[in-house]
Amino acid sequence: MTGMTIRQRSRIVRDMAVEQTDAQLVSRCREGDVDAWNEFVERFSRYVYAICGRGFRLAQQDSEDVFQEVFARAYERLSDLRSDDAVRPWLAQLTRRLCIDKLRLLSRDTPSEAEPDDREVDDLLGRLNEAMAVRAALDSVGDPCREILDRFFCRDESYRTIGDSLDIPAGTIASRISRCLEKVRAELDGRSRASRPS
Amino acid sequence: MSSEMNGSNEEQIGRLLRLLPPAPQGWVRAAQELPAARAMLDELVARAEQDAAFRLQLQADLERAVAAAGYEPSPFVISGLRRLLKAV
Repeated sequence: MTGMTIRQRSRIVRDMAVEQTDAQLVSRCREGDVDAWNEFVERFSRYVYAICGRGFRLAQQDSEDVFQEVFARAYERLSDLRSDDAVRPWLAQLTRRLCIDKLRLLSRDTPSEAEPDDREVDDLLGRLNEAMAVRAALDSVGDPCREILDRFFCRDESYRTIGDSLDIPAGTIASRISRCLEKVRAELDGRSRASRPS
Repeated sequence: MSSEMNGSNEEQIGRLLRLLPPAPQGWVRAAQELPAARAMLDELVARAEQDAAFRLQLQADLERAVAAAGYEPSPFVISGLRRLLKAV
């Protein structure tokens, strides 16, 4: 995959992966599967990034330090994970702990660096878990909806930028977003029905 | 999925999507390259254990010695090497 942009690589990795559970992905990572590790980073990068930025309001440079440390430790310690299904809370806990360490280190130099309230972080983690469920549904819906919704909601791009990038009329973006959101909602409703005990 | 997500509406879906902007590409790439960096680190440490001259070069100027040996002196490799060399 040399010579490709990270987005191209990510898309190939994502498309190759028939939707796998977190546990299946962790199991493949343990076997040394490089594609699985790429997918692992792709799947959880936004989650870790959001905890650093939204949860602990770390500056970019400090977020980057924590982000890299989280994945370095995850790579080295995946085998310590008791249950492969528990990887997301494990990563959340690891990120949280490293953010607190970073803030404590920073507060030695700048006493104003305050740790957020535990409840605030718990609330955010709850919402992030819901957001991860929405992303999984979005991945299932696939392109072009995935691309359009990601650009609009996650990358904050304007209709014009989206239209220019995807070569579609900017005037149709709003209705496409609306239709795509309906598809994601239908996917989420389907998942919700499927997970309910019969 | 939590009960709050049941019967989710489009507005709520949009709000949740906004919570997860992409991490910078360079960060993601660096994290994805960890297995290769780890293997590189192992090779460098093995060489440092066997080759006293190389060990001296590393001690004198870590980044330059790594680059001269034909490896990319990424922050992960340099910090990992610095830590591991203390034990050599």
